[in-house]
Amino acid sequence: MSENSPHRELGLTDHEFDLICEKMGREPNGVELAMFSLLWSEHCAYKHSRKLLRNLPTEGPRVVMGPGENAGAVDIGNGYSVAFKVESHNHPSAVEPFQGAATGVGGILRDVIALGARPIAILDSLRFGEPDTERTRYLVDGVVRGIGHYGNSMGIPTVGGEIYFEPPYEQNPLVNAMCVGLARTDEMVRAAAAGAGNKVVLFGSLTGRDGIGGASVLASAELDEGDDAKRPTVQIGDPFEESKLLECCQELLAEDLLVSLQDLGAAGLTSSAGEMASAGGTGIDIDVGLVPLREADMEPFEIMVSESQERMLAIVEPDKVDAVLALCTKWQTASAVIGEVTDTGNFRILKNGETVGEIRVEDLVDGCPLYDLEPEEPAEWTYPNRVDIAADASPSDIALALLGSPSIASKRWAYEQYDSIVGSRTVHRAGTADAAVLNIPESNRAIAVAIDGNGRRVACDPFQGTIEAALECAANLAVVGAEPLGVTNCLNFGNPEKPGVAWQLGRAVDGLAEACRALEAPVVGGNVSLYNETPQGPIYPTPVVGMVGELPDPEQAAGENWREGDRIALVGPFDPSLAGSELEKLRGQLGKGLPAREIAPVRAAIELVREAVRAGVVRTATDVSDGGVVTTLAELAIASGPGCKVDLEPVLVRRECSAEDALFGEGPGGFLLAGEAAELEKLAGQGVDLELIGEVTGNEIVAVAGESRVEILVEEARAAFDSLEERIESDQAGLTH
Amino acid sequence: MIWGVLQFPGSCDERDALNACQIASGGGPGHARLVWHEETDLSGLDGIVVPGGFSYGDYLRAGAIAGLSPAMTAVAEFAAEGGPVLGICNGFQVLCECGLLPGALLTNERTRFICRQGTLVVGESDSPFLAGLEPGQEISIPFKHQSGRFFAPPEMLEEIESRGQVAFRYAPGQNPNGSLNDIAGITNEAGNVLGLMPHPEHAVEAFSGSTDGLAIFRGPALAGAGA
Repeated sequence: MSENSPHRELGLTDHEFDLICEKMGREPNGVELAMFSLLWSEHCAYKHSRKLLRNLPTEGPRVVMGPGENAGAVDIGNGYSVAFKVESHNHPSAVEPFQGAATGVGGILRDVIALGARPIAILDSLRFGEPDTERTRYLVDGVVRGIGHYGNSMGIPTVGGEIYFEPPYEQNPLVNAMCVGLARTDEMVRAAAAGAGNKVVLFGSLTGRDGIGGASVLASAELDEGDDAKRPTVQIGDPFEESKLLECCQELLAEDLLVSLQDLGAAGLTSSAGEMASAGGTGIDIDVGLVPLREADMEPFEIMVSESQERMLAIVEPDKVDAVLALCTKWQTASAVIGEVTDTGNFRILKNGETVGEIRVEDLVDGCPLYDLEPEEPAEWTYPNRVDIAADASPSDIALALLGSPSIASKRWAYEQYDSIVGSRTVHRAGTADAAVLNIPESNRAIAVAIDGNGRRVACDPFQGTIEAALECAANLAVVGAEPLGVTNCLNFGNPEKPGVAWQLGRAVDGLAEACRALEAPVVGGNVSLYNETPQGPIYPTPVVGMVGELPDPEQAAGENWREGDRIALVGPFDPSLAGSELEKLRGQLGKGLPAREIAPVRAAIELVREAVRAGVVRTATDVSDGGVVTTLAELAIASGPGCKVDLEPVLVRRECSAEDALFGEGPGGFLLAGEAAELEKLAGQGVDLELIGEVTGNEIVAVAGESRVEILVEEARAAFDSLEERIESDQAGLTH
Repeated sequence: MIWGVLQFPGSCDERDALNACQIASGGGPGHARLVWHEETDLSGLDGIVVPGGFSYGDYLRAGAIAGLSPAMTAVAEFAAEGGPVLGICNGFQVLCECGLLPGALLTNERTRFICRQGTLVVGESDSPFLAGLEPGQEISIPFKHQSGRFFAPPEMLEEIESRGQVAFRYAPGQNPNGSLNDIAGITNEAGNVLGLMPHPEHAVEAFSGSTDGLAIFRGPALAGAGA
């Protein structure tokens, strides 16, 4: 076989091609080969991750829909469910940041819309290189604008998220978008085709040549130098079309006109129609001559694999077709009957009635071989280290350096570009609490949503780092009084065919499974993004965890506003260490390994904090996160106004750690609470470690640990914390979309 | 008081406005309904809200297409008869586009979308929407828009100012977009049409942090206005 065999250019291996021929009993024609190449791509078939994912806990009393549907869903009472999912759009965003990010948001919204839910919130988890390169600033600007463009125009609030800046993401940024939707449980639809003779209706935008091969060419291979040439494989988003599509879908479902509904995402019609037929155990006929086109001369294979955005596919009973088409016309969205459900078990492609391709649905959707990973733990730390702080920096200098460190510094310049309040549900948005809180009067409660994943710590120890990501989400929910209901995740890793990456992936999934079991938080959906690497190497292994929880009373959620005279307590089994910390990064001393920590005591602390917040006995609650105790205290002071004075002697004694560990060390299981002394003292003696470490006072942040002393003005801390905007925007004037 | 809230393809704050109208009127769905952009019969409605969003995608210019819609022709007649009309954000842009209000809204000075809680100062306009507010009073209302920079040629601006048509200004130091004279909202000469760039419909429930927006929705009933 020659080097440039068509199947290789489309990303299939020789073995996979042989298997296709064997299953079909002949060589596939061009249309069929194109369809196989997409559905057998990593992006669609999860061929390197599916076996691992079987270890995740997926069941729980509140689960309404689990993995395998367009999104997961959990019951929130009174007949309502919350649907949610996180998905990546990394490679498109690396090539064209504005459209890549915009269509990433558009795609995840459609997953939730397809369940019959109305999207009520978006969160984003973003990773870039250090902001001192022009490329990073270009990517940040485009991605943030792209997310805002799509979400704002759709009228879906972007309520939270996180942005980390680390060198391994320089060439391969991560753009993970999470959508949360609300639906009446009995009106949710599944994506299975049913009923031979039922019609297949395509509606939404016209089908064009954009995004052809996106899933195979872009999403399932490493990025390299010539990637600007792949720009045509990036789709173009049109939020106005999607806004109409959303309202149209809501009305179609309210009128009970659909048998099932599916969005068109990666691999376009091929995957939507194929997966609907597979889920329903049916066959399906699609006539490409009936598809409304943007360009008249498109080939059948192009129509079948086009990734044009803002399209949906519905299965409709014949006598309801007219009503469906009429509603589409009302919403000014194109629609057409393009085929029908059959009982043949075959996916047949026709052009004006003539068959141009025919594949068994089973072979196409479930026939792709699943691969075992060949993991091998790397002997050493394989990522770059760079020094960003003077060796003789004083504790106060370190505190200011941490507050100004890009991953910790304020991201207000980004989240103020997002409409965080449309929909009238937002109680807490980004910047006012660790988790977003959304009011759900339909079921007399509120939900809280958090997204987290510190890739650097996962790089140090994939198992412990991933556990920490899940615990961090649960901690973020606890401080607003919420209890976890379900988890979604996006596993962003390098090339799984490389043993080191395979080891990271396996250990991370083990960690996620362990943490979710311990938290009794089932994983109801997710996404895997592999091959995130460039000739400079792989990204940090980055499992991003999204968690949804519930709380009885939205107004009870504690904020970040302590008052002069409040006492401050450090709560939980927090045992700080510099391993994998922000400070170790600034010192260029990162290496393998994180200290192992038990999950059970962390869970106990999470529950204590949640109940304290629900009881309204604390004014401020937050978890100790990146940059350690001092950084977290400084963030509270910046948000609230008054400073604080704390002595970490009890930490030095109880944990037998160094002063630096106590001041700047990181790890799971630490909370800072502020409120009346009497109320805080009541929390002691419940089996969770609790130390009163100081009080809210003055205009300085003073933290003492043995001989070491941090003493900085709140205003200095604020200036450092707000310093990132200027660095990001230094060369952005005049760049507009 | 029964409100009609216009709905264009691409509107996105229409449900929020509907909710605000219902809360302001004492609750209940009977107090407000959506008006589809092709509707021309506004009978039975006492007030109109042209809501925020991106009507028809706003690809030509914010509010340009919506200004020509059948529903807006009916709203112009409603306004001419003295009915209270509130245009919020994109609705303000629409009211300027169809000539019910003077001036125009340009892209923010820094070209970016901006969303933050801010303070407005009530102006001197004689408008039913200000019936529950005192001149100089400060209210907390969210700002969120990408094309909110109020502009008018010097003579027109002078007229707007001298006729007391400035209903709201951004508090000192809070102008988020470069609007002339810190203008956040203006009325027509008669006072019954108000265009406002910030979003009072997002400040009507305690959990959002402010209920200052209610006064604006309650104004017309208080003033005894209505068609």
